[in-house]
Amino acid sequence: MKKFVNDVNNMLTESLSGFAKAHNDLVSLHLEPNYLTRKNKAKNKVVIVSGGGAGHEPLHAGFIGKGMLDAACPGQVFTSPTPDQMIAAAEAVHADKGVLFIVKNYAGDVMNFEMAAEMLPFENATVLTSDDCAVINSTFTDGRRGVAGTVIVEKCVGSIAETGADLQTCKALGDKINAQTASIGVALTSCTVPAAGKPTFEISETEIEMGIGIHGEPGRKRETMREADAMVNGMIDAIIADLQPKKDTEILLLVNGLGATPLMELYLIYNTAEKLLTEHGLTIARSLVGNYTTAIDMTGASITVCVLDDEIKQHWDSPVNTAGLRWGV
Amino acid sequence: MSLQTDFICSAALTIQSAIISHKPEIETLDQAIGDGDHYINVLRGAEAIANMTDELASLTPDEALNKIAMKLLSTVGGAAGPLFASLFMGMAKVAKHNGANTTLDIAAAFAGGVQELIKRGKGKVGEKTMLDVLVPVAHTFIFSAIENKSTTDICADIKTAADKGLESTRDLIATRGRAAGLGERSKGHLDAGAKSCQVMINEICDLILKSNT
Repeated sequence: MKKFVNDVNNMLTESLSGFAKAHNDLVSLHLEPNYLTRKNKAKNKVVIVSGGGAGHEPLHAGFIGKGMLDAACPGQVFTSPTPDQMIAAAEAVHADKGVLFIVKNYAGDVMNFEMAAEMLPFENATVLTSDDCAVINSTFTDGRRGVAGTVIVEKCVGSIAETGADLQTCKALGDKINAQTASIGVALTSCTVPAAGKPTFEISETEIEMGIGIHGEPGRKRETMREADAMVNGMIDAIIADLQPKKDTEILLLVNGLGATPLMELYLIYNTAEKLLTEHGLTIARSLVGNYTTAIDMTGASITVCVLDDEIKQHWDSPVNTAGLRWGV
Repeated sequence: MSLQTDFICSAALTIQSAIISHKPEIETLDQAIGDGDHYINVLRGAEAIANMTDELASLTPDEALNKIAMKLLSTVGGAAGPLFASLFMGMAKVAKHNGANTTLDIAAAFAGGVQELIKRGKGKVGEKTMLDVLVPVAHTFIFSAIENKSTTDICADIKTAADKGLESTRDLIATRGRAAGLGERSKGHLDAGAKSCQVMINEICDLILKSNT
């Protein structure tokens, strides 16, 4: 393992401290329990609190700021944060209209946020994101995983909360976006959890993992490495099969890097994805390309398609001022 | 058998060293079909509990179990945090209500803990999780206690149940937890959560047997 590490046990704290210093106009860091809050406390609005294991940066702390999150709770690498963090964060930012938790659908995250929600002394609700169409939903599984589509949910729910919308309205928008968003990822290499010190899974030079999860958990199947267009084609097919969008539908296309794939390749993927989706009769009305939901140092990418309507477009376009997303300000 | 706080404290230290000595097995299993963090999380919890034995020493057994639950909840994270915390919360609840003065009391407390864990994780036996070890162990513990078996026999029964439960996860297809996305590919591997439970249960049985002789 070759990484920038001093002591693997202090890595998270050192990284959070650096983040807070670099963005001290936007966020404040609180340690033990660990959480970050928006610099200027919001008044009289639903507060949006998210969180999850570290290693997916800029998710979630990178999305704290006006127009998006009020607080985020980072867990250890790839490990859900704990209820004491969520309660402390919610209490710090609570602005009298309730708390909306945005939680990616993983057993650990769900249970920890559930316990926090039960212990929290004020009104709260939760949006569970589950946009990963690599894992087929069935009564026998915990369901689809929440991946890069979470960014779209956090952006738009953060926006509607700024308008003074009530808790149920904010939750309804989050649930709607989640229902009409699908993502799928592909890994060319494994990630390495610093504390483990070695790659999470083995994969040869000639293999790819189609449907990879953002923790390196395997996906649909191990396939042979092919040219980019063939891989993107498989991903787009999976998304189309899942969303089954009508012709002429407007969509948001997000090409997300998993940590170690350069932007040059992400734009190459976007180029092919745009062509294929257009051939399916879809109109790409909004787009985003970059590293937004990463898996530490994995080489790979995910494609997310969100079916738009006027409400979602309005909240996607509204001003946002965070370390990870910034426009209109 | 009765449950004393000093036994809980020695068990905490034993579990910590047992987890460390089984690091390669637990880690390899989790990397095969999970995401590779189970060992780190369980160790973080085990260390936190081992480091608070001074604090626990003056408490009653049920208070100590509850304190452990709260500590696990704030240190472990992941799925294991709330699940192990629920196990100890459930044990504390039953121990507080019934006491922990007989073997049957302890078995009932353990069963109460497993029940609380099931409620939190909404899982069941056969999904390739820690429940494939914990549920048969709880059954065996209760039945052996009802039959008034000797401590030695009860511990032997429990260890067998834990081993069998662990082995049963090998051919199961995971339908819960991180390995669920793998489907058929999860077959052929033991479940890491079941493994760490089996390790802890075995060590506690050995500790009981040692203090019994």
